[in-house]
Amino acid sequence: MAIEIDTLRDLYEQMVLIRVFETESERQYKAARIGGYCHLSSGQEAATVGVVHALEADDLLVTGYRCHGFALARGVDPDAVMAELFGRRDGCSHGRGGSMHLLDVSRGFYGGWGIVAGQLPVATGLALGLVRQGKPQAVLCELGDGAINMGAWHESLNLAAVWDLPVVFMVVNNGFGMGTAVDRASAIEELYKRADSYGIRGERIDGDDIEASYGAAAELLAEARDQRRPSVLEVMTYRYRGHSVADAGLAYRTKDDVARHMEHDPLLRVRALLRDAGISETELDEVDARADARVAGAVAAADASPLPDVDGLAAGMYAAGSDVQFERMMPGSPFGEEELVFAGGLGT
Amino acid sequence: MSAATAETGDVAGAQSGSAVMTYREALRLALREEMARDERVFLMGEEVGVFDGSYKVSAGLLEEFGPDRVRDTPISEEGFVGAGVGAAMLGERPVVEIMTINFLLVAMDQVVNHAAKIGAMFGGEVRCPMVIRTPNGAGNQLTAQHSQSFEGWFAHTPGLKVVAPATPADAKGLLKAAIRDDDPVLVIENLPIYKEKGEVPLDPDFVTPIGLANVAREGSDLTIVSHSFATVRALHVAEKLKQEQGLDVEVVDLRSLRPLDVETVAASVAKTNRVVCVEEGWPTYGVTAEIAARIQKACFDDLDAPVERVGMAEVPLPYAKNLELAAMPNEDRIAAAVLATLA
Repeated sequence: MAIEIDTLRDLYEQMVLIRVFETESERQYKAARIGGYCHLSSGQEAATVGVVHALEADDLLVTGYRCHGFALARGVDPDAVMAELFGRRDGCSHGRGGSMHLLDVSRGFYGGWGIVAGQLPVATGLALGLVRQGKPQAVLCELGDGAINMGAWHESLNLAAVWDLPVVFMVVNNGFGMGTAVDRASAIEELYKRADSYGIRGERIDGDDIEASYGAAAELLAEARDQRRPSVLEVMTYRYRGHSVADAGLAYRTKDDVARHMEHDPLLRVRALLRDAGISETELDEVDARADARVAGAVAAADASPLPDVDGLAAGMYAAGSDVQFERMMPGSPFGEEELVFAGGLGT
Repeated sequence: MSAATAETGDVAGAQSGSAVMTYREALRLALREEMARDERVFLMGEEVGVFDGSYKVSAGLLEEFGPDRVRDTPISEEGFVGAGVGAAMLGERPVVEIMTINFLLVAMDQVVNHAAKIGAMFGGEVRCPMVIRTPNGAGNQLTAQHSQSFEGWFAHTPGLKVVAPATPADAKGLLKAAIRDDDPVLVIENLPIYKEKGEVPLDPDFVTPIGLANVAREGSDLTIVSHSFATVRALHVAEKLKQEQGLDVEVVDLRSLRPLDVETVAASVAKTNRVVCVEEGWPTYGVTAEIAARIQKACFDDLDAPVERVGMAEVPLPYAKNLELAAMPNEDRIAAAVLATLA
């Protein structure tokens, strides 16, 4: 589906923002300012931005752990995303979630989740919630190619189909589940065909083609909203970096493999489309420069954000008002154990 | 309070007083009241609707509330527990019935890695107000895969709340408290107690607060600390020892495992100086292990004897009736532990 040129320029800017953000995240990780796991999505920008662009404002988004790009594409403040990676108070999960557990309910983004396929039943439940509330929206649930071999995939697709739930399962097929190639993990390589087992629609598209990504997602999301039918959208793409920053990404593929994919870089493809439509190189370079500046600003904002308060170690774990329920095992009482760190309160 | 019986009284229409009903009926009353009170509350699980519930807790609710609010699911625990998590994140109030706690293990990832984590992991930005109801328990020759009591696994997990009513009144009161709570709460029911009768308050605003134990029987010689069906057994043992030997045994029914009311346990032990902890689960790393640890710290100077424990024999429960009986924390074993602790 063709995208109007001004919109395409905006989407290109989002793609560049994600690429620059991921590159900077790797740099900050190696400088030990980001810890834990850090899964980068460089190379997958067209799939991410194209599909997310098909979401309406009140649609919901759920993803696995490779979620920086999805958060940014959905409009989560880059300052809040970088601050989360830095483990700071102004992070979108207030320094409790880190790279894998970004969330911004105000943007309809219900989380980055860290257990492969664990987000699928949750997404199914969000779709059930929408239906129960009589809302016309749909849920987009991102997952990797590795997730489709989990039982949660089967249970979620079956439930969504049996209950006519508005959820599109977006399978990001980047060729590898960690280091295991798709053909070594799945009995069939055309993953979208598994949708047939549930009597629902399955499509495969070139995820590095932003117009194809947007078009297919727009169509399937519209079906989910209007007809309450779930579906599977398999987007073919490639990740340039390893599974996480700690993985060089060369044990299961060669440098030549990666270089060959980079020749068809999705950013270059969109850039070519924009050039063909009359956007000048200068203007495109300005877009790139804006993304650089935005990410530099995010790093500065993250750096300036305070560390979370240690007294609030348990904050958020239980709802406000739970302190009363836990009063008879609280530290400070004669019966408390030190590990129950409720001093700063349980609620938010 | 005026007492009516379930046979003669109109339980649903009554607004005050109390009625005698079974634990199962008390749970059903709690569900009906909460579903009538709050549109966001809905029940889902295997056989909760057309079949009227595997153990008939939800009998009649499909007819009363319709298939959208009493939702039959496929045999797909990971899927529909997770669906409860997602719906709860959106502000719904799902009550998920799991046929027995044994089957909750296939949904463990959704309970422990998802529901329990939401509040803390996302910095308090979103909550998960869901209830999971499921019975534990053994005693009907259901054998190794269907006779377990795993509540300690869940009570171990920060982010969850776990309650385990032992009486019909608390079945109603704790289920209602769980449904109204803004966090994920496991309500541990029990197979043998479903048929037990007791007085139940009819006030639709009656709830049993989460986090408070109950002194189910007062006594001065020794304290039994228990929950769920072990409390029923403990009360029988206490009565028998009173009649046969004139002993005054106090029974503290925990009711809530997380949060845990250490204060009530400690006050009782400070009074009796001797304590036996009883559970239907395996004691090693179990609920009684936790209670014993709390008591040794809170009551070190009060104890006149080591803290004793009675639990399930640590084997996969066998089928043969005599073997099953021998393995269970039966009343003879509890009574023997009480007498040994008093010796």
